[in-house]
Amino acid sequence: MPDIQALVSDLPSKLRKRRVQGSYETARLTAELLRAVILQHKEPTASGAASLIEAVRRVGEQLIAANPVELAVGNIVRHVLHIIREEDLSPLTDIVGELKLSAEDDVEDIAEDENSQKSSATTDGCLLKPPLLLAVFEHLPDSAPACQTFSSENIFAGKADKSAKKLKSELIKAVNELIEDINTCREGIAEQAMELIHQNEVILTLGHSKFVKEFLCAAKEKKRSFEVFIADGAPKFEGHILAKELDKKGLKAIVITDSAVFAMISRVNMVIVGVHAVMANGGVIAPAGLHVLALAAKKHDVPFVVVASTHELCSLYPHNLEVLLNEMRCPSELLNFEEFSDCIDYGIASSSSLLHVVNPAFDYVPPELIRLFVTDIGGYSPSYIYRLIADYYSSEDLPPQQKPAS
Amino acid sequence: MGAQKKRAAAAAAAARVSEDPDDLARQPLQAILLADSFTTKFRPITLERPKVLLPLVNVPMINYTLAWLEAAGVAEVFVFCCAHSKQVIDYLENSEWFSQPNFTVKTIESHNIISAGDALRLIYEQNVIHGDFVLISGDTVSNMSLTQALQEHKERKKKDNNAVMTMIIKKSKPSPITRQSRLGTDELFMAIDPNTKQLLYYEDKADHSKGTICLDKMLLAENPSISLHNDKQDCYIDICSPEVLSLFTDNFDYQHLRRHFVKGLLLDDIMGYKIFTHEIHSSYAARIDNYRSYDIVSKDIIQRWTYPYVPDVKFCGNRATKLERRGICFTAFNSEIEQSRSAQVGSFTVIGYGTKIGSNSKISDSVIGEGCTIGSNVLIEGSYIWDNVIIEDGCELRHVIVCDGVIMKAGAVLKPGVVLSFKVVIGERFVVPAYSKVSLLQQPTVHDSDEELEYADNSSGTVEFSSIQGTADQSNGEMTSESSEAHKPKLGTGGVGYIWSICEGGQEEEWRHSVAPIPEDKLTELSEAMDDDQELVTQDRTALSTSGELISDSNASEGDDNEDSKDDSVYFEKEVEATFLRAVEENVKVDHVILEVNSLRLSYNMTSADCAGAVFYSMMKLAIKTPHSSASELQQNTANIITTWQKLLKSYLLEIDEEIEIILKFEEMCLESAKEFSPLFARILHILYDKDILQEDAILRWADEKEGADESDKVFVRQSEKFIQWLREASEEED
Repeated sequence: MPDIQALVSDLPSKLRKRRVQGSYETARLTAELLRAVILQHKEPTASGAASLIEAVRRVGEQLIAANPVELAVGNIVRHVLHIIREEDLSPLTDIVGELKLSAEDDVEDIAEDENSQKSSATTDGCLLKPPLLLAVFEHLPDSAPACQTFSSENIFAGKADKSAKKLKSELIKAVNELIEDINTCREGIAEQAMELIHQNEVILTLGHSKFVKEFLCAAKEKKRSFEVFIADGAPKFEGHILAKELDKKGLKAIVITDSAVFAMISRVNMVIVGVHAVMANGGVIAPAGLHVLALAAKKHDVPFVVVASTHELCSLYPHNLEVLLNEMRCPSELLNFEEFSDCIDYGIASSSSLLHVVNPAFDYVPPELIRLFVTDIGGYSPSYIYRLIADYYSSEDLPPQQKPAS
Repeated sequence: MGAQKKRAAAAAAAARVSEDPDDLARQPLQAILLADSFTTKFRPITLERPKVLLPLVNVPMINYTLAWLEAAGVAEVFVFCCAHSKQVIDYLENSEWFSQPNFTVKTIESHNIISAGDALRLIYEQNVIHGDFVLISGDTVSNMSLTQALQEHKERKKKDNNAVMTMIIKKSKPSPITRQSRLGTDELFMAIDPNTKQLLYYEDKADHSKGTICLDKMLLAENPSISLHNDKQDCYIDICSPEVLSLFTDNFDYQHLRRHFVKGLLLDDIMGYKIFTHEIHSSYAARIDNYRSYDIVSKDIIQRWTYPYVPDVKFCGNRATKLERRGICFTAFNSEIEQSRSAQVGSFTVIGYGTKIGSNSKISDSVIGEGCTIGSNVLIEGSYIWDNVIIEDGCELRHVIVCDGVIMKAGAVLKPGVVLSFKVVIGERFVVPAYSKVSLLQQPTVHDSDEELEYADNSSGTVEFSSIQGTADQSNGEMTSESSEAHKPKLGTGGVGYIWSICEGGQEEEWRHSVAPIPEDKLTELSEAMDDDQELVTQDRTALSTSGELISDSNASEGDDNEDSKDDSVYFEKEVEATFLRAVEENVKVDHVILEVNSLRLSYNMTSADCAGAVFYSMMKLAIKTPHSSASELQQNTANIITTWQKLLKSYLLEIDEEIEIILKFEEMCLESAKEFSPLFARILHILYDKDILQEDAILRWADEKEGADESDKVFVRQSEKFIQWLREASEEED
């Protein structure tokens, strides 16, 4: 399958070279790639979802390693794995029901096998931590190893084969739904605009987020009249783009500098921002400059609302943020190389390059500063995020213990 | 599937550029990458490994170039390998570049090529280039977007078929003291048409000692406007039309891309081919031309100016590296290094996979390769250590390059600018002098007279060297006894290798291109030399002006703003004198002389007082030159001249100030240039009064002004005391 191979190597290389950026775009491409992986996957007849999970995980690891800063990749990979696990379990319950008795005798042996094999994630997962939601209620944990029994002994090969096919089509359906969700998440978020933006309010945002734009435009379309302050978002000044777009929609936009947010915050009714990723503790990774804005909002008790889609939900906790999850971007965004070329001359002993530029892309905003998350599945407070994460990801897929940085 | 792929491709294309899809489909962009610099600047390292494979921040240089070409939308790259072609090809085959989708890399190999010109001729013969192509050498680092430059190139080509090349340039101020850019290349002069961006003049070997460049007069005549730059840097990235290759074939003597090809096209107006420039502003582009640029570009990469081609982004299959905060700034680390707790690794340092660092060692502003072992109490500053280097305890390295497999025994010291080539061993406590180059290979004794030939003919030469030296080394694991004995004194006990004698350029110039920063004393020395130069120039000018006749010419041609007003007035006086003398000789009418002096006055922007002074000065000069035997005769001469030319003088004496100026001038002359007048001062003053040139008011005011002056200044006032006294009385009587 050269086709899939090419695809699989293509996206990581794009991610590596920073040619795909932004959580929405990466999420969509990742989901599409994983769908292709599932579609092309030829299951060895009986091993069920295990090999599939392995395959997806392998691709996922490649993708995550390609650009660890782009958290949406990991989110989608984990979500797809979660889907597979769930889909894997539901058909099994039928079989399990029938064969419970015969299986029970073997449980002990299998458990030993487990230890020695120490193999697939599925069985481990099933044994130790049952997946969430429906699955939990449908069957008992100890029934899970049964699946391996069947497969290994090949007694019910025919049935397993049939279920595998069914599984695959179910999976594709589910992943398609996920892609659909990613594609429509903006509308989902925008729908809630009317409830949050009231007549004659003043909204403040920073930089340019497509979610925020859609959100504001949705309110405008429903004839709400309000004003928007836009902090221009140095060093890329994407706020200017937003201002232009809002202007086209007939919204009153006022551009201010990032440094003026504190001066303006007292006139603002609500701050609405888009973010890069939502962490498991309810904090967010956001474009640089948002922390200051969040503090200003806190000081004046202005609600700080984050719009985020579910694919931005990340199961990581924000440790060692400044390095692990930040991107040091090009200094030429800040200052012009030519103008300073004589200051950055390391060739002369006396003036050994005293001028340095540091251009981090992201800020971390702790959960205490955030009032509300508006997601495509509704509004949540930061303290509820861990529950959402539990709904979206299986605990087995949570990031493999991170190696402590040297 | 297909649809997805298409969509992905479309997304990629959209992200990259909004190029005309038809255009792109019809003509995929090609590139020629010269994996050989055809110079010897990186010797002795390049005797053993081609320049393009030298690690730049732990990644072989060619990867930067290829990664950029791929990102810039180039579809097909022809890598031209010459020296060490096997190494280059092996490397590429094992890299991921051959397996990229939408990006093909092909190698062209040849061993008897000695210049870029030959390489292009060979490529032309192979007939593989079908459209516009990017010409680049494998040691270029850039992150610019080609879209705009390419667009401009194509549009120009449509309008004018002779626009064959677009050169990428970037602003970079050369140092006024060293006369070289920050990349260590010579100051570059370019003349560019500000409207069309056409390149009209290119000179990188300007004669700095004179501080002048010569432009052809035709250049000014033919072009409505040109702008002359010395603050541009040539990025050595060219977008060429296919004609360029045929041009090389037609002109078989073109060797060097810039020196022959670019200059050739600029001079040769028969064919009318034109070269244009495209200036990039925010993005980065630089070519590694010498050790200094190696240092500078490495630092630019570490400071992320070349983003996304930075150590922690895996742009070419390099190992994962993480950034860690050190102080304010960042240091790139591989997670798999062993570092003693007491070791200090400063900012802007990159440390490769599997390197061990001992206790109390200090490392700053450096790049350390993979698998190195660094002992304790080692000091490394601003240095480039490649792979598998062993540095024992207590060594000191400042601003040096250390190649693969070098062993430094305990306590060895490398002074700034040292380059240690592969597998050299430095003996215990040996101090390698500054700027020396050490290699296992002996310095080739045969020097090709032509600079172009250099390391090109290495393919044979190198092999020989390595077969002589290398095999001997490898077989014994150490240096053979005879050679180690022969060179023991050179590199200390246990040292292996030869210190190369500094070649042609001489030690004088070594610091210019070295990896070490320019030492402070060199800078002061240079700036002093520069000051001297300037003085010399001004002296030249005064010398010239005293010699007389040439003045007007030299003035017209120079027209510099630098000349201060003092120079101006000196010139003016000379001019007036010359005019006056000519008038005397040729009996020109007074009116005409007045006219001429007036025009001079206007052109030099002088006051009429200056004119009066100058005219008077010339008259007195004439008087003194007229042969005379006694003071009285001189007085007589002076009286005659004053009588003859009083009209001329009077025409500038509009007010009392000018008259005072004359007296002052006269005083000055008597003191300095024409001492013969000094006894006659009072008398001549009287004559001037008689002839109505000076009025009594002027003389009296002059006397009053001098009242408060020093005794020495009062000599002439005293001399003419009687006369002044008389004047005062006369005026009182009138009252």
